Amino acid sequence: MSETTPLLAVEGVAKRFVKGLDLAARIGARLGAQVREEVVHAVDGASFSVARGEVVGLVGESGCGKSTLGRLVAGLLEPSAGKIFLDGALRERLTPRERLAVQMIFQDPYASLNPRMRVGNIIGEGLITGKLARRREIPDIVAGLMQQVGLDPSYRNRFPHQFSGGQRQRIGIARALAVRPQLLVCDEAVSALDVSIQAQILNLFMDLRGQLDLTYLFITHDLGVVQYLCDRVLIMYLGRIVESAPTAALFANPNHPYTRALLAEIPRLRQRRRDFKPISGEIPSPMDPPPGCHFHPRCPHAMAHCRVEVPVYREIAPGHGAACHLNDEKNVKEA
Amino acid sequence: MSAVEDSAPLATTPRWRRIATDFAESRLALAALVVVFLVLGAAFLAPWISPQNPYDLASLDIMDGRLPPGAESFTGMTYWLGTDSQGRDMLSAILHGLRTSLVVAVSAGVLALLSGMVLGLVAAYFGGRLDALIMRVVDLMLGFPAILIALIVLVILGKGTEKVILALILVQWAYFARAARSAALVERNREYVEAARGLGASHGRILFRHILPNCLAPIIVVGTVQVANAISLEATLSFLGIGLPITEPSLGLLIANGFKYLLSGYYWISLFPGFALVLAVVSINLVGDQLREVLNPRTLR
Repeated sequence: MSETTPLLAVEGVAKRFVKGLDLAARIGARLGAQVREEVVHAVDGASFSVARGEVVGLVGESGCGKSTLGRLVAGLLEPSAGKIFLDGALRERLTPRERLAVQMIFQDPYASLNPRMRVGNIIGEGLITGKLARRREIPDIVAGLMQQVGLDPSYRNRFPHQFSGGQRQRIGIARALAVRPQLLVCDEAVSALDVSIQAQILNLFMDLRGQLDLTYLFITHDLGVVQYLCDRVLIMYLGRIVESAPTAALFANPNHPYTRALLAEIPRLRQRRRDFKPISGEIPSPMDPPPGCHFHPRCPHAMAHCRVEVPVYREIAPGHGAACHLNDEKNVKEA
Repeated sequence: MSAVEDSAPLATTPRWRRIATDFAESRLALAALVVVFLVLGAAFLAPWISPQNPYDLASLDIMDGRLPPGAESFTGMTYWLGTDSQGRDMLSAILHGLRTSLVVAVSAGVLALLSGMVLGLVAAYFGGRLDALIMRVVDLMLGFPAILIALIVLVILGKGTEKVILALILVQWAYFARAARSAALVERNREYVEAARGLGASHGRILFRHILPNCLAPIIVVGTVQVANAISLEATLSFLGIGLPITEPSLGLLIANGFKYLLSGYYWISLFPGFALVLAVVSINLVGDQLREVLNPRTLR
């Protein structure tokens, strides 16, 4: 870390969900039955950092743990292992008010707003819980926030169901902005919206970035969105980050076999009448992940080595790194 | 600044109005609602609209005892529903009895709703051992017949209005706890709850400002049905002679009073309080059933 401390640093963070045994199973286990607790490794030792002002994309297929990682970063879940630093300080040491610096924008604009609360109260809630404003100042602040995200402040007494999907997402953004966050974690924030509205919301994110000096962690499976607005991309597979690179470098020169497979399947207007070759096989269950490199059962270049040893994340170019044994071999040959 | 795009909120009818029109789709439920309001009004206004004060022994004349419906008293007053063995006008007694029954049932229902709802929400929200403890107690309560629990409580505590209310609460809170818990288990995992946590909201704030308002519909439905159940349970207890004191006769006590004359042909002493009881219980149940239809989350939105 030569330059300034990153806004967000994640070190070896893991999240395990344990489904405990119920009474009957516990008695069964005591009597010698073959039952064990089911453990899901949703995030399995992820490390990365996000610099202030950066827009980082976190990409992976469904079920790879990217949403869990986002919730860990936003403090909605506690990590089972590892450390999360905000601005150089360990998150557990921060005061509740300091933790508000990370806010989340949710995927489903229908589920993420309380249907029984008026929009003005939804947006102003963070001001009350964080004790950031006096009660009588709140209406003015809420009106300002609504204007900032492109909503008419006169609608503050309406309920969420009276708004369209795009408008609701704006309400969610205003709610997050109320507590003056530095980092926004956007969990598939536009994938539930119409394509025309998606662009408006993405533009809103970028406008706000300029106005408020925001940093973004964009969780998505849409590589088009990544290419459009991210500075850097993290590729995640089954709980681990397998590649990290500046956006241009990643699209030009993907290193990890999984990244290459992902990029090869982006639909393009130029190529018609071609068959898409899905990555062979299903994503393995995180309850019983394959040993060694998690990708080896689907990898075209898998070697015997890959089934045993977990590949280490290595930098292969400035700012570009990947966790793959193919890079080890190259190193061996060059040495 | 981004353009104000699709800025006009969608025009939708207010929620309560949609619920009202949905409710009115069933003529039967609408009629039941009218009856419920009539019963409530009659009970509330009983001291002013009843022809006689049935508790004022001075105004009763034993010579008027067991007069059939429509008979006239010595003073020229018509007993439309007859009189009981002490010369009490049955219409007045029923109006006052309805009032007593409803006061007991509604206050027990409201208190059981509040206590059961809070316990159910807490169980769903915090989960773990607390949840297991509360729900096992609920299972235990629901495992016994309601009348048995109420009998035991009243045998231990003795007679009295507040003791009957306490017994009814003990019988009923478990239904509310179960309804509140099942609704809250769904709401707890919604993203708006996560969003509130992300904004640093306290447990109390999340429970009562976010989760509770979204769980109210099923709890209200249980509430209407439980008020009807409380009326009949209280009548049962009073009929058995361990409910309300004789000084405040409820419908159950009136039925019990006339019971021994039933075979002698003085049918009206038991029959008309019985009709009043059935009318109140059935109409409240019909309203509750229709509310369940209307407030069903699967038919909402």
